[in-house]
Amino acid sequence: MEKRRMLRVSICFIGLLVLAGLFFCLSLMSGSTHISPASVFGILTGRPADAASVRILTDIRLPRTLSALILGGGLSVSGFLLQSFFRNPIAGPFVLGISSGAKLTVALLMIAALQHGFVMHSSMMIAAAFVGAVLCMLMVLLFSGKVRSMAQLVISGVMIGYICNALTDLAVTFADDANIVNLHNWSKGSFSGADWQDIRAMTLLVFAALIGAFLLSKPIGAYQLGEAYAENMGVNIRRFRLLLILLSSLLSACVTAFAGPVSFVGIAVPHLMKGMFGTAKPLILIPAAFLGGGVFCMGCDLIARTLFAPQELSVSTVTAVFGAPVVIYIMLHRAKERSTS
Amino acid sequence: MNQKEVLQTDALSVGYSKKIIVDRLTFSVSAGEICTLIGPNGAGKSTVLKTVAAQLPVLSGNIALCGDSLSLLQEKDISRRLSLLLTQKITAERMTCGDVAETGRYPYTGTLGILSAEDKKIARDAMQLVGASHLYDTDFRQISDGQRQCVMLARAIAQQPKILLLDEPTSFLDIGHKLHILSLLRRLAKERQIAVIQSLHELDLAQKFSDTVICVHNGTAERIGTPEEIFSGDYISQLYEIQNGIYDPRFGTAEPSAESGEPEIFVIGGGGAGIPVYRKLHRMGIPFAVGVLHENDLEYPVASALASAVITEKAFEPVSEDAVRKASALMEQCRQVICFISSFGTMNQRNETLKNQAVDSGKLCTEFAE
Repeated sequence: MEKRRMLRVSICFIGLLVLAGLFFCLSLMSGSTHISPASVFGILTGRPADAASVRILTDIRLPRTLSALILGGGLSVSGFLLQSFFRNPIAGPFVLGISSGAKLTVALLMIAALQHGFVMHSSMMIAAAFVGAVLCMLMVLLFSGKVRSMAQLVISGVMIGYICNALTDLAVTFADDANIVNLHNWSKGSFSGADWQDIRAMTLLVFAALIGAFLLSKPIGAYQLGEAYAENMGVNIRRFRLLLILLSSLLSACVTAFAGPVSFVGIAVPHLMKGMFGTAKPLILIPAAFLGGGVFCMGCDLIARTLFAPQELSVSTVTAVFGAPVVIYIMLHRAKERSTS
Repeated sequence: MNQKEVLQTDALSVGYSKKIIVDRLTFSVSAGEICTLIGPNGAGKSTVLKTVAAQLPVLSGNIALCGDSLSLLQEKDISRRLSLLLTQKITAERMTCGDVAETGRYPYTGTLGILSAEDKKIARDAMQLVGASHLYDTDFRQISDGQRQCVMLARAIAQQPKILLLDEPTSFLDIGHKLHILSLLRRLAKERQIAVIQSLHELDLAQKFSDTVICVHNGTAERIGTPEEIFSGDYISQLYEIQNGIYDPRFGTAEPSAESGEPEIFVIGGGGAGIPVYRKLHRMGIPFAVGVLHENDLEYPVASALASAVITEKAFEPVSEDAVRKASALMEQCRQVICFISSFGTMNQRNETLKNQAVDSGKLCTEFAE
C-alpha cells in the first residue's frame, strides 16, 4: 500500500512535469507566427536567429507562458490554502471575493495613476492588490465567524465579490474614457503584457509564498482534522491562521495584480490534484497544486489565444469552461457522500 | 506532590469569556486511574475537559499536567503529555484510517512532519491495540461510527500521552463497541499507566469502569468519590433531577414512574418470572399491585418502581399472616389476579393461600389476557 501510494504520487508528478513541458513548448511555438520547435530551442539556447522571431519569443511568448505557469500555480495553491482554512471544498480566491477585492483596489490605483499622470510600477500594483485582498479576506472572516454552513460562507463571498465588482464598474464609469481600455483588458483576466521585470517580481513573490506554504505543510495537515485536534497536536492556532490568511492573500493578490481576476483555477485545480494523487496531504499537494495550476493555466491560455486566432479570448472564459464542471462535480459528490454516511 | 498524580486542578474555574460555568474544582487523577465526569446535559463536563486540554482559557485557579502548570507549558509539551478524543466528527478528506492514526505522531515529527519508520510502527501498534489493523488502508469516511471511534482512539494512543482525555467516547456507539472502547481504556490505564479522564452519559458503564467519579452539577463538582460512594442511595436521581422515574444504582437501571390510580390487577410475584408481566402492565398503562414479595427478591426493584402498591416481607423471613391479610384486602379490589408461581417453598408458603383465594373468587388467570 505504502509503495503503491508512492508509485502513484511519482507517476502523477512525472505526468504533470511532462504536460508542463509540452504546454510550455506549444505555447512558445504557436501564435500568429509559427515558430518551429528547432528554432524555439535555438533561440532559447542563444543561437543566432532572425530578429523578429527572437523578439516575439523573448518579449512576448516567453514572459506570457512563464506568467501563466507561475500565476496559475500561485492561484491554485492559494485555493488549496483557502480550502484547508475554511474546510470548504469550494472555497477559493475568486469564490470568496478576494480576487474581486484585489481588482477593485488595483482599478482605483490605475485610475488614480492615469488621472495624476504617474507611472505605475508593478510593486505598486501588487501592494494595492494585497490591500484589497486582505480587506476582503477580513470581511469573509468576519462573516465566517457568524455563519456555520458552507453554503452561507460561499454566498457571502460571492456577494462581497459582486459589491467589489459594482464599485469597480462605478469607478471605471467615472474615469476618463480614453484611458480605460487598458484597465478593461486587465479586468477580464489575461496573462499577456508582462515584461521581464514583472516576471522577476511575480517569481519572487509566488515562490516565497510557496515556500512559506510548504513549510506550513505540517500544521495544515493537522488542521485538516479540525481545530481542536490541531491545537491538541501542538499547533499554535492563532499564529497558524494568521500565516495562512497572509499567504493565501499574498498569492491571490499577486495573481490579480498581474493577470487580473482569473476564475475557477483556485477551486478546480486543487480538487483535481487531490483526485489524481489520491491524497490531501499538504506536503504532496502544495507542489502538486502549483504544478497542476501552472499546467492548467498554460493550457487554458493556449486555447484562449489559438482557438479563434487572431481573435483572443479572455483566459477566464476558458478556465470557467473547464473549471465550473469540476465545481458542480464536487457538489454532487459531496451530496452523495453525505447521503451515504 | 504525589508522584503518581499526573493531572491536578486547584480551585479551577472554567467557562466561556468570563462566564463561569463550573468553579471550585479541585481534583487529581493518578497514573493508571480512570476518572469519569458525570452530570446532566449542559452541566459543563465538556467545558471542564476543554479547559484541561488547554483549548479554553483557565478563568481562575490552576491546572497542572505532570506537576507543571498548564499556563507555563508550550503547545508541544502539552501535546506530548495529553491527547484527546472528542465527540465532533472529523472530515478526513482522502485519508485512510492509517493516515488518521499517524497524525498522532505529529508532536514528535520535524518541521515538515515526515514520519520515521519508528513513528509508523507506533501508529501501527496503536491500530493493532484497538483491534483496527484490518482497517489500516481503508478510507476513513467509509467505516462505521464504532470503527471510527476505535481509529480515533488509536490516534490518541499513538500520541503516547500521559493523560488521555475523552469527551463522551461511547456516545453514538452500539453496546458492543461501548464495552470494547471502555475495556481498552481500562487496559491502557493499567498497562501503560495512562491517566484517563473522560465524560460519560452511560451511568451503568461509568460505575463499572471508573476508579473515581466526579459529579458535575450546580456549577461545581458536587461530589467526588469512588463509584461505590457515588452510586448509592438516590443520589443519582438527585444529580440528574430525575422526575419521571428512578435510577437504581445497584443494577444501573432506569425505571419509569408507576402508573397512578387504584390497582386493577394483582400479581402474586416472586422469583423473577413476574418482571415481564410488570413491564407489560406498565406499558399498557394498567395500575397494578404486587404481593407478597420478599425485599431481597429479584423482582423487588422492578416491582417497587412500576407497581402502584407492593406488599412486602422482610428478607429471609417466611411470609407473615399480617402481610397476607394486607395482600388479600388489596386483591379483593382488583378485577384480575395473575400468578406464575407453580410450586411454593417454605418462605412463601402463605402466598399459596392467596392463590387459592384467587381461584375461589374466579379471578385467577395463569396467563395474562387483556
